[in-house]
Parts: sequence; structure tokens; C-alpha cells
Amino acid sequence: MAKPETDEITGTETTGHEWDGIKELNTPLPRWWLWTFYATIIWAIGYTVLYPAWPLVDGATRGVLGWSSRADLTTTLAGVEQEQSQYLTKINELSLGEIAQDPELYQFAVAGGRSAFAVNCVQCHGSGAQGFEGYPNLNDDSWLWGGTLDDIYTTVRHGIRYEADEDTRLSQMPAFGRDGMLDRTQVNDVAEYVLSLSGQDHDAAAAQAGAAVYTDNCAVCHGDKGQGSQELGAPRLNDAIWLYGGDKASIVAQVNAPRHGVMPAWSGRLDPVTIKQLVLFVHSLGGGE
Amino acid sequence: MTEIINRLEPGAVDTVDVEAVNSKERRKLYQARVKVFPKRTHGTFRSLKWWIMAITLGIYYLTPWLRWDRGPYAPDQAVLVDLANRRFYFFFVEIWPQEFYYIAGLLIMAGVGLFLITSTVGRAWCGYTCPQTVWVDLFLVVERWVEGDRNQRIKLDKASWSFDKARKFVTKHAIWLLIAMATGGAWIFYFADAPTLALNFVEGEAPFVAYSTVAVLTATTYVLAGFMREQVCTYMCPWPRIQAAMLDEDSLTVTYNDWRGEPRGKLSKKANADERAVGDCIDCNQCVAVCPMGIDIREGQQLECITCALCIDACNGVMDKIGRARGLISYSTFSEYSRRAAGETVKTTWRSFVRPRTMVYLALWSLAGIAMLIHLGMRDRLDVNVLHDRNPLHVTLSDGSIRNGYTVKILNMQARPRVFTVSLDGLDGAFMQVEAAGAETLTQEVARIEVEPDKLRQLRIYVHQPKDAVTGEREDFRFIVRDTDSDEQSTYSAIFYAPER
Repeated sequence: MAKPETDEITGTETTGHEWDGIKELNTPLPRWWLWTFYATIIWAIGYTVLYPAWPLVDGATRGVLGWSSRADLTTTLAGVEQEQSQYLTKINELSLGEIAQDPELYQFAVAGGRSAFAVNCVQCHGSGAQGFEGYPNLNDDSWLWGGTLDDIYTTVRHGIRYEADEDTRLSQMPAFGRDGMLDRTQVNDVAEYVLSLSGQDHDAAAAQAGAAVYTDNCAVCHGDKGQGSQELGAPRLNDAIWLYGGDKASIVAQVNAPRHGVMPAWSGRLDPVTIKQLVLFVHSLGGGE
Repeated sequence: MTEIINRLEPGAVDTVDVEAVNSKERRKLYQARVKVFPKRTHGTFRSLKWWIMAITLGIYYLTPWLRWDRGPYAPDQAVLVDLANRRFYFFFVEIWPQEFYYIAGLLIMAGVGLFLITSTVGRAWCGYTCPQTVWVDLFLVVERWVEGDRNQRIKLDKASWSFDKARKFVTKHAIWLLIAMATGGAWIFYFADAPTLALNFVEGEAPFVAYSTVAVLTATTYVLAGFMREQVCTYMCPWPRIQAAMLDEDSLTVTYNDWRGEPRGKLSKKANADERAVGDCIDCNQCVAVCPMGIDIREGQQLECITCALCIDACNGVMDKIGRARGLISYSTFSEYSRRAAGETVKTTWRSFVRPRTMVYLALWSLAGIAMLIHLGMRDRLDVNVLHDRNPLHVTLSDGSIRNGYTVKILNMQARPRVFTVSLDGLDGAFMQVEAAGAETLTQEVARIEVEPDKLRQLRIYVHQPKDAVTGEREDFRFIVRDTDSDEQSTYSAIFYAPER
């Protein structure tokens, strides 16, 4: 070890490092700094004794306080659940209409419904409930089975054409073309008539011919003016909303061999409170009746 | 020589046996604090310091108790930082969190103001108004009151423990702790209604944060003003290191006029008999004894000097007694010092403060202040924000009309309830469907809504455009929110989307 060199001016030892003639002084650390440093060491020792810290073969030391992040999370969650339980109890007890009258409860229910929707419903109805071909848009004002709170409630609980549920909403349109109930001309004519019902461009002569076909075959479910029937789940034909497309080819395809969507029943899968929250959320999207 | 004869007939000038604690020679890098026992002084600057101490402490302790009637919907405290409701009240001004730039502006003004003050009158901030200085001064008053002046304090410090020493020790620290607690105690009143909080505080019902704040501030005041004192200025405060850049040869500093004082010599017949040229400094060390920073100003400008000018008072007192002109130690700029040293007669006037540098600082400071005042006078008290629903962007309704959903947020920034109308502008044939409790639809294009004082109101607004009126995939239009009383209005540009055709 080299002999320590002392700086003449300050009387302090140098570290032996020198750059361009400038020597580094071995100035001691300030005492407050040292004390702070020692304090952190003591703190760290205390901390590792009190809290889980040292990794061992089969886990870590537990710490004498017995604290764990998992227990902490459980407590926090219990607290949140405790806080939410008053709302959840009320939602369970009150009817949908009563919940909608209580602004605070309604807000809570809609928020809960929004997250339940994001987990259970977006797969078919889309993340904005905007729907896709064959999957209804829940934002609009067209409801196959009704858009009141109670209608939506029934739909969510029992599903659509979900045979495992006895109370499911059920309806079927005959395959007029495939099963030979109407010939190609009749199908063409009735499609032109449906176009005219919804105010689209159509062949007037064919539509006139189609009117009779419609009255005989379609009016019983879809109404004499195409106004649809929510009891039967028969879509309105005189509006701008089409589940499977509103152009002529789509209408012809639907008359020939109709497609039918299936929605599962959610009672049993989701608890009653969640279902109520879902209904209130769907109703809040702006199209509820 | 009359000068020397005068020195033979001195008033009773004490020569103090004192060495500057913080002199360059004495200060080791690694050394425990050497206690400083500042001696009492009298004089112009000491009086000035008393006054400033009274004013600054008065402002600090009394401000939260000032009342200011803001009507029924806002607190009646003149200065209040209402963290819970995120409002800051300052007399007639109410600041919202999004208006935090006023605080930034004040900080800029404080910064530039410090530059301005430092470049003209030196470290006046440090010597007179810095909280550390003020509280140390206050603690020193207590110390002197309990233990006596410098010599008695030194004696007491050296004495072994006795009942008397213990009594004085307990008294002094008890008063210090009381002051420290009052310091922390006053701080919390800025954050809540002072009378209510005071009552809750003594009843033990104040929030935990109030007690912890008082505890922390009590501890810091007690430790910093009672024990660390000049060490805070020397080692902890960054400002003395920065301000060297603010000072120039025209800034006022406390200066020992060595051209007049040297060579210094003790008052003695021998010095007189020698007939050698003797300076005015009689080496009585009064300037060192009174210095709260423990320095000897005669060693020239030093980082530790906070320019409190107590040495000027002490020296002037001595000069009066020995019949010499005042000002051996004086406030002086470096250029004045040089000129005086060269034998010129210099008169300090306000003109020495008018320099390009100070004028630039003054201009910047005023500019920031004026800009803030103008902005304050013209700022909006109504704020509107609109969020367009993005999922779905638009909804086709059964009659073929297109509907877009918006969340409209109306911010009433006044402390009174206001009624606003919300209307559409620039969208042909469109009408609104407003979803909010208490919202009233006046016509299909105009709705009315009341917003509580100092509150945000959120509305869901569905805008419908009939099938035939839809012209393109996107159309610009405006939401106009208007105060029904004052015609104050806020416009928000929005976009209406329609499906591809």
C-alpha cells in the first residue's frame, strides 16, 4: 500500500487519484450523512424482521408482524365488498323501476352492468353494444322482443330460442323458398314489397304483386303494414334497421331460408343482481323504451 | 494628533474575547458544531429586524383568521387551501386545480423577485425575511430572556448541572417547544376553516393529518431554529450558493471598510504612544460577538454572511462611544467600497439601484404580475367539455335518422347556482334528447339545466339528425352553453358522424 499523501493546503489526505495535476482529496463524509446511512441500515434490519423478506427454500420469512400482501388484499377486497353490499342488497330487493328512480343506486347499477356486459355480452353484441349482422344493436330503438326494462329482463334471464330454458323466447320463420312454400317469383315479388314497406327503391309492379303474397304469408306475424310484433319477436319491416341486411339480396335470402339467432339464458349463470344491473345498463344505452 | 487623543479617552468599550466560529482557518471539514452565542445589539438594523419579525410573524399567524364573505356557497376564510374540494381561495380570487398556472406565475414572480432584491440590496431575504432567520431570531430572544446575554449564556453552558441550570434549561426548551407548536399549529389553519379546526384540534377530533403536520412542523422548527440555526444556512440551504450569480459589484453587501479600519489595534496608551498610524478598528470584536452566523466580517465577504447587518449596529455603537464616524462596517456596494478606498467621496443614492440588470428583473417581474392580473380579470367562470361517444360512433334509428351520443360537462366556476341553456348550432334539422335529472327541454334544439355553485354537471345528450338532413359522413357543429343571467357563454366545437352511404 502506498504511503498516504497529505495535501498541503487543506491538510487532508488524498486518495492517490490524480487527473491533469488535480488530486482528489479524501474528504470524510459529513457526520449527518453517516448517521442517516446508519439509520437506514438499522431501519432495514428492523424491516426485514417485521415484514416478509428473506427468501428461503420453501418460501420467505414471515416477519413477526405476520403481514402479507395476500391478507392485505383480502382485507381490502372485503372492505370494498362491505361497502358495495348495501347497494347490492338494495338492487336485489327493489324492482328495476324502483332502482331507476334512485339516482345513486341507478348510477351504481349501470356501472356494474357496464362491467358485466364487458365480460358476458360483448362477444356477440360488440364492445359498444353496437351489434353485428345477426346480433342486434342494443343502442337503437328497435326491439325484437320489446325494449322496456321488464322486456329486457325477461330476454336476459331466459334467452332467445334457448331450448334448455322452458320460458325462453321462441319464434321461427318458415323457410318459404327452401321448403317450396313460395316459388321464385313470389319470393322476388314479396321482397320488392318489403323494400317498398321500408321506403326503399323498388319495382312497383312486382311490389304490387308481392302485396298479396305478403298478406297471405307474412302479415300474420310481421303485421299488415310491416310493423312487426314484439310478442312473436317478429321484426319490423317498415323501418331502417335490419338484423340480416336490408338490401334486396339479403331480404330474398331471409325469405328463402331464414336464419335465427340464439341467445343463452343468463339466469343461473349470473346472479340476479348482476342480471338486473345488466338490464339497467342495456336500457341506459339510449334506445330503451 | 486629535484622532489618537480621542482614542485615549474612550467610553467603556468592552473588548470581547471571541473568535469567529466559522472562520476559514478554524473550520475543519469534519467537526461538530461549535455553539454560537450571539450578543444583543441595538441600532437601526436591529430595530428594522424587530419590525420585520413582527410583521412576518403577524402575517403568518393571523392570515388564516381573516374572514371574507363569499356568500352561502363558499367558505368564508380569506386565505384557504381547500384540498378536499380542490379549491384555493385567496381573498376575492378563487382558483381551481386547472388554473394552477397562477401558482406557477406566483412562483416565477417569487423567483424573479428574489433575483431583483438580491441584485439590488444583496441577501436581504436571508438577513431579514427568511423563515429560518425569523424563527432563529425569535428563539434567540427566548434564550436571552431565560439565560441572559452572551457572557451569562457561555457561563451557564460551561457550568456543571445545578438546579438553576436545569430550571433555565427546562424553561427555555418549554418555550421553544410552545413556539414550535404554534408554528406548526398555524400552518394547518390554512387548509381548513380555522375556528372549527382549532376547536376540533383541542377536542382531539381533528383529522390525523392535522396532528401529524403539527408534529412534523413542531419537530422541524424546534430542531432547525433551536439547534441547527446557522448550520441550516451554511450547509442545508442551496440559496447562498446560487445567489453568488445574482450579486455584482453594484449589489449592496455588508462591508468592512478595511481602508479605514486597518491596521487595527487595541485601545491602549501604548498604541497611542507609538504614534504609528492606527486605523479606526479597535479590535473590540463586538462585530464578531453579535454575529448570529459566527463569522468575522472583517475577513471580507463570506458565504455564511446573511447580511443581517447586526455587526453594523454593533460597530456603529462602538464608533459613537470612541467618537469616530459611523460606518466602519457599512452597507456598501463593491464599487463604492473601491472608490472610497481610493479616497473618493461617494454618496449612496437610489440611482445605484437603477441598472440594466435590475431593470430587466423589474420588467420581467412586472410583466408576470400584469399578465396574471389581466388573465385574472378575463378568465372564464364557465367551462364546457364535450366527449363524443366513440363506441358506437353513430346509431341508426328505426326511422332512418342518425343519432350521436355526447357527454357534455358543464363547469360552473362561480360560487352561486346558475341556470344554463344548452343549444345546438350548425347542424341542419338536428334535435337533442337530454338525459339528466332536472334538465328541461325548452325546444328540440335548446335545453335548460341548473348547475350547482362551484360544481360540475354532466349531461348525456343524444343528437338526432333526420335521415334527409344527413349530408355527409362527418359534420362540424357547436354546442353553445349560455348563462341565462349574464349571457356569459361557452362554445364547444363537436363533430357529428353518420354512416357511409
